[in-house]
Amino acid sequence: MVGKDCVAIACDLRLGLQALTVSNNFPKVFQYGDNVFLGLTGLATDVSTVSDLFRYKVNMYRLREERAIAPSTFANLVSSSLYERRFGPYFVSPVVAGLDPKTGAPFICGFDSIGCIDFAKDFIVSGTASEQLFGMCESLWEPNLGPEDLFETISQALLSAVDRDALSGWGAHVYVIEKNKVTKRLLKGRQD
Amino acid sequence: MAIYTDNGGSTLAIAGADFAIIAGDTRLTSGYSINTRYAPKVFKIGGSTSSQDDASILLSVVGFAADGEALKERLDAVCKMYRYRHGKPMSVSACAKRLSTILYSKRFFPYYVHAILGGIDEDGTGAVYSYDPVGSYEREQCRAGGAAASLIMPFLDNQVNFKNQYIPGSGIGHELQERERVPLPRDEVEVLVKDAFDSAVERHIEVGDGLQMMIITKDGIEEKLLPLKRD
Amino acid sequence: MAIAADTRATSGPIVADKNCEKLHYISPQIWCAGAGTAADTEFTTALISSQLELHSLSTGRKPRVVTCMTLLKQHLFRYQGHIGAYLVVAGVDPTGTHLFTVHAHGSTDKLPYVTMGSGSLAAMSVFESQWKPNCTKEDAMNLCSLAIQAGIFNDLGSGSNVDMAVITADKTTLHRGFVKPNERSQKLKNYKFKRGTTAVLNEKIITKDDIGKYVSVHELEATGEERMDIDP
Repeated sequence: MVGKDCVAIACDLRLGLQALTVSNNFPKVFQYGDNVFLGLTGLATDVSTVSDLFRYKVNMYRLREERAIAPSTFANLVSSSLYERRFGPYFVSPVVAGLDPKTGAPFICGFDSIGCIDFAKDFIVSGTASEQLFGMCESLWEPNLGPEDLFETISQALLSAVDRDALSGWGAHVYVIEKNKVTKRLLKGRQD
Repeated sequence: MAIYTDNGGSTLAIAGADFAIIAGDTRLTSGYSINTRYAPKVFKIGGSTSSQDDASILLSVVGFAADGEALKERLDAVCKMYRYRHGKPMSVSACAKRLSTILYSKRFFPYYVHAILGGIDEDGTGAVYSYDPVGSYEREQCRAGGAAASLIMPFLDNQVNFKNQYIPGSGIGHELQERERVPLPRDEVEVLVKDAFDSAVERHIEVGDGLQMMIITKDGIEEKLLPLKRD
Repeated sequence: MAIAADTRATSGPIVADKNCEKLHYISPQIWCAGAGTAADTEFTTALISSQLELHSLSTGRKPRVVTCMTLLKQHLFRYQGHIGAYLVVAGVDPTGTHLFTVHAHGSTDKLPYVTMGSGSLAAMSVFESQWKPNCTKEDAMNLCSLAIQAGIFNDLGSGSNVDMAVITADKTTLHRGFVKPNERSQKLKNYKFKRGTTAVLNEKIITKDDIGKYVSVHELEATGEERMDIDP
């Protein structure tokens, strides 16, 4: 979710095989720089594989270019990496959130499993609770929320959405990303 | 051969302290086409004449439009028979039970609809009953049905029942006090309904064109029609 | 030459993107409108754009629309329809103005007016009833806009705004949001929460100064000669 000079990215903590919950501590948000974050939902093995793959690719980028990767560059890296697997895709739908390292402008985008980018000015959702999240974000979000207000909005949107999805929930992580500060919070959520 | 079609659309009902609101969009679709931009989904049930002027029960149906129409006609006929035999209108709780039996009577060839019944109960409190296609039902504070139900329902949990909301500063972590649920006044509920539908229209292609709102109080039923986006 | 598209992207009945870009750049005077699998239209047009740029560099000539169309159809035919790109190719080149459709299986059409995608029937109904030969630029833009709007309002797969690209012999103008007939109305209520409404169990704040403890990367200011082309 985009705010005023800040962005927030959040995920639930459930890992399941269909209806069977396997783990209640499986974060889906990964950090790739001072303020470049990636959220991954979908097949858990691909979530791990893809997050590691991008850690490798981002590290290689940093060594080659001798600078940190910008969120928009990272988004294009994600897109082309996914399309490389056009006919045997990774079953993930990623979300990128971050701040431009030069201008500090908020950047978010989402992808389908084969790498089509969805640039949005407001919010991006992904996962089994995506319909619920669309409903929540579309009604709660407003432009120019400060970091504190953005935190409340994204948290309420996520918690209420996952409570109406049998396959999501079990607590949540929320990152609020500002120019010189990243705040990570663990939320209290229903454990059923 | 397809026996059922999904005609899209969405409905929403909220019960208040002394009123109930049932709303639905007026778009009727099949596939990627719009069949009509004005097909009401909310009906007055059990009035003494076909004008339904003195009706005291509301029914909304969403899913397969033909079954919705048939179900409405059947429930209305049942209510009218009751009024003729007993000389008084049916109570909401009785009508709710009767609707359940009607739906279950077609257990193996169901009415393919998500029905919601609304009215004022014997104590004067707003009542909302929601049903699955084969008659399982429950009285609830609020319920969304149809295509955009999954978009609207969590919003209702959060804004009507204040789910996941705590009282700021009332404790730390697990000790925080939950925000207590209070029945919302009618004007606030109308605002929530409109905003919920505007959001659903943005993100669901089968919802749009018009918003039909029926508000039932002890004084009768009021109907409102508001425009929605048409794309 | 006018080419237009709506801006709705869907996944099933859900709107995934309310304002996406379906007009793709091929070369300065050739543009593509894409329907079908979004990723395929995006990457196929980018690939052909790249090939055409190299081709034009090696031949020293401006790229031709037929060349673009041929590259596209050969690429798509090779993939037997598995690449789900349904494209309208439009452009001006030294041989004149050209308009084509390319289907995912590799078949093509050359016509004076064309439509593609779920709203193609609605849009074509406008063309079939109102198109006239030798129309002016303004007439063409207006007709395209009306055709797309017919799709926006009557086809559920289309929606939001009209994007348009107008290509003439000397320049191309992209009108992003040419018509915006579907702006969202103002919300009746403010949904900002009181701060502290959400229950937080744990909080960790990392400031940029702290990050130095874990990672030893420092931004260097690019100056003068060292500045790279990509730095703005």
